Amino acid sequence: MTRLAGGLIDRSRTLNFSFDGKRYQGHPGDTLASALLANGVRLVGRSFKYHRPRGVLSAGSEEPNAIVELRSGARQEPNTRATVVELFEGLQARSQNRWPSLGFDALAINDLLSPFLTAGFYYKTFMWPKGFWEKLYEPAIRRAAGLGRLSMQADPDIYDKGFLHCDLLVIGGGAAGLAAALTAARGGARVILADEDFRLGGQLLSETGTLDGGQATNWISALEAEFESLPNIRVMRRTTVFGVYDHGIYGAVESVSDHFPEANGCVRQTLWRITAKRAILAAGATERPIAFADNDRPGIMLAGAMRAYANRWAACPSETVAVFTNNDDGHHTARDLAAKGVQIAAVIDARPEAKARGDYRLIAGGMVTGSRGRLGLKSIKVQENGRSEWIECGALGVSGGWNPNVHLFSHHRGRPVWNEPLQAFLPGEEGALGLIPAGAAAGHFSTADALRSGAQAAQRAMDELGIAASLPDLPRAEEADYTVAHVFHVPGKKRAWVDFQNDVTVKDIKLAHAENMGPVEHLKRYTTLGMATDQGKTSNVTGLAVMAELTGRSIPETGTTIFRPPYTPVTLSVLGGGDVGRHFRPRRLTPTHHWAKAQGAVFVEVGQWMRAQYFARAGETHWRQSVDREARAVRGAVGLCDVTTLGKIDVQGADVGEFLNRLYCNMMATLKVGRVRYGLMLREDGFAYDDGTCARLAEDHCVVTTTTANAGLVYRNMEFARQCLWPELDVQLISTTDAWAQIAVAGPKSRALLARIVDGFDLSNEAFPFMACAELTVCDGLRARLFRISFSGELAYEVAVPARYGHALIERLMELGADLGATPYGTEALGVLRIEKGHAAGPELNGQATAAMVGLGSMVSQKKDSVGAVMSRREGLAGDRRRLVGLRAVDPAGKVVSGSHLFAEDAPRKFDTDQGWITSACYSPHVGSMIGLGFLENGDERLGEVIVAANPLEGESARLRVVPAHFVDPEGARLRE
Amino acid sequence: MLIPHPLLGPRDAQEFTYLGDARLIDRPDSSAPDAEAAFCDYVFLRDNPAGVHRELWFHEQGDRSWLVVTRDTVTHEVLGAELARNVPLSRTRCGK
Repeated sequence: MTRLAGGLIDRSRTLNFSFDGKRYQGHPGDTLASALLANGVRLVGRSFKYHRPRGVLSAGSEEPNAIVELRSGARQEPNTRATVVELFEGLQARSQNRWPSLGFDALAINDLLSPFLTAGFYYKTFMWPKGFWEKLYEPAIRRAAGLGRLSMQADPDIYDKGFLHCDLLVIGGGAAGLAAALTAARGGARVILADEDFRLGGQLLSETGTLDGGQATNWISALEAEFESLPNIRVMRRTTVFGVYDHGIYGAVESVSDHFPEANGCVRQTLWRITAKRAILAAGATERPIAFADNDRPGIMLAGAMRAYANRWAACPSETVAVFTNNDDGHHTARDLAAKGVQIAAVIDARPEAKARGDYRLIAGGMVTGSRGRLGLKSIKVQENGRSEWIECGALGVSGGWNPNVHLFSHHRGRPVWNEPLQAFLPGEEGALGLIPAGAAAGHFSTADALRSGAQAAQRAMDELGIAASLPDLPRAEEADYTVAHVFHVPGKKRAWVDFQNDVTVKDIKLAHAENMGPVEHLKRYTTLGMATDQGKTSNVTGLAVMAELTGRSIPETGTTIFRPPYTPVTLSVLGGGDVGRHFRPRRLTPTHHWAKAQGAVFVEVGQWMRAQYFARAGETHWRQSVDREARAVRGAVGLCDVTTLGKIDVQGADVGEFLNRLYCNMMATLKVGRVRYGLMLREDGFAYDDGTCARLAEDHCVVTTTTANAGLVYRNMEFARQCLWPELDVQLISTTDAWAQIAVAGPKSRALLARIVDGFDLSNEAFPFMACAELTVCDGLRARLFRISFSGELAYEVAVPARYGHALIERLMELGADLGATPYGTEALGVLRIEKGHAAGPELNGQATAAMVGLGSMVSQKKDSVGAVMSRREGLAGDRRRLVGLRAVDPAGKVVSGSHLFAEDAPRKFDTDQGWITSACYSPHVGSMIGLGFLENGDERLGEVIVAANPLEGESARLRVVPAHFVDPEGARLRE
Repeated sequence: MLIPHPLLGPRDAQEFTYLGDARLIDRPDSSAPDAEAAFCDYVFLRDNPAGVHRELWFHEQGDRSWLVVTRDTVTHEVLGAELARNVPLSRTRCGK
């Protein structure tokens, strides 16, 4: 069959496309499905389980059969519905789930094996032997079944996210949606009209009925022009509202460039988060088929779809068609097709009282009981009054009635209610807040009713929002009746398909009933009815009706069918939007990042931060060489390390001392101006939480630091304490982590180096001793803060300048310190230096350690209350006798591996003899061997003892000597020099 | 979800960090004789009712206010929101 006359396609232009490698032509306005039908292609796919030949069933997003793979290379996209793919020049499509070809599919053998492949087959068959499921059965089944193939390449396209707000969101641009949008837009409300199609009009585009005596498209065009002229309405074509969420939030995907041959740098799809005060569900209705024997042959389609293809797309699958219906709508199809010159072989209406609506043969009270044609329909078997005949036809339109699209309504617990005259579920009383159904979605099937209900729904919404909106003059339209008989399937012995996409037949439902899987929820899971990507849009109600019949109950007694988001499949990429790869989360760079990069730094991710891990120099072939050199430079001369990433929180107010006293377990209120104190925070459950320093710059001004990892969390907790626990205290907080660049200047020559940048500031030990702090200027007037604190155990300072001067400061320090041996060091050397000194860090403060365990038990003040103080004294925590110790391999060449568990030398290595674990380990250039820190049972009393560290993951163990947890300068003399 | 911020108007819930039961505001008195038991309840026991619940939300991507939001956990309806700091300030607190 070729093209019919008329239609809403642009015949002045031709589009070339291919299907399974064969070239075809279509026109702008075509979908892939309509273009295939116009080219006489009926066979477009194979079914999921039985590999049955399949053709186009529908003309919309409900399509279960015409599932194809689009494009190629990294843009290959599986499982797209040919019925909603807008044709473009050069489109490549391929059929799926067939091998070696669509016409001859080896796995069609499954169809012959169907007596064994009924519902529950997998559950019953692949139970034993137990281990076979994962290794053998599942991989084999997955290969045989399934849909399209992934490209296995990264998605090269660009996706975006956006936010929209409106008074009224109109979902669906058919008669009801257009009338609703018009009413609200003229009333001055902010309106968004979203429709999944590329052309507004909905079902109007598929009908020949007139509006005000003219073509429906004339009315639509006038409306589009009016919308264009109004500033308060946004029309979104190719936009599917896929989900309803709390508080009037709707998820929508706009297909921006899917209909272009190449995205050309344009966004492919946009995820919209629409916040709407009210919404109108004008999503229309979906036709359902009638199940009869062999009702899945290519050429058998929904009668409404057949009409849509003829009227909108000027395409018909065959020159001779028949219609099988249980309602009046089927007759419209016959009438419209006849008017287009298609030969109507017969209209079979299951209702004995049916009347013909045109010049065609009517078989009233008849049923279609079978079909022939392996790769495409050739004839149908019709039974009427006990006699049967075969009628030849290349296509059959089937109409089992229309199901209102209640999907979005039920996303918020809205239970649809059965309507007996319409034989369909309608939206009930309670659904999503502010979502008003209208048009066919609310059961108003005639055009006139749909227009009216859309306008009224909008007026109701406007009333609720206090916006005056009058009903517009609506065009005169068809008021046809719709009556439907309760006919869901034709009894028979052969298989009759209910769910085309998942290959579920009436027989399967019978089996589920026989095996006591009667409740809808069980039926669904046992047979997989409605669980394919189409979510059972054409099958759920029919499945329910068949089950109702089997159990002798009514449909509402049997259950309802509700839907979850998304309404139609949503590309995972669009949910990710632009947040992929490097954009998955923000990447924070330190003020010296670009300088460090130029110095050959290797970076490491620390939370969101990129920190210099080590600075490889020419000739260094292993990271250890760089790290050892950097650590030695700090101990022997002076090193520079960017420590900006440590959290900095500025605390100001009259009650600063009291506030910090309550947050840190040690005394802070007594800290004098110009001094710094180490502080340990506990969690309220008593475990050690975070540590840092507190510098008192003024009586009412402190700057506290946190670890890099906890910067955000500690700030959040401090705000919690300030606002929720002690709002009566006069304290204000702000995070200044990003405002200050802070550089550690560490090593015996640090004072000499700093003396070269400070502006007349006395750095002598007497004037500026260990744990002093000051505000000063450096480099001729640059505002700075100086802290004499040390993480390395050497004479050390941290100097902070406004972040934008960080780069310049490190350059200046390197330049002025060249003769002193100034060396930049990274996080690896930083780690080595702190392990050598026995300072606890992240691996020790891991949320399972108490203050006592890290050797800071005496810091927890008994004289005051602070967060975690009470719970730190509870028996379980106070009784923990593991203590932080230093560990050294007995064999100087031996390995110390962090994560290893510690055991007494002769003890069996079991859970109940476990005495602790190694938290941190490194090679110490100072000691000349590997060293570690770890928590050991009674560790403080076992210095000198030899224990075993077991590393069962790698099957290793090592003998270690327990030593004090500081390998360098145990007296701390260097700090105070 | 939208949260009616008392200072900033309706804000998207994505801007907030959730903590939970607003009873965390009522930190026990550490000097009371049964302080340990009271803290044990405070730290480990939370109400999680199906229905109206008062919860702490932190406007982390906003003005950094802690809010007490009254919300129906069944319908997700938000019934009100107030600044958390006003909750302890507006009532007499024992022991402080």
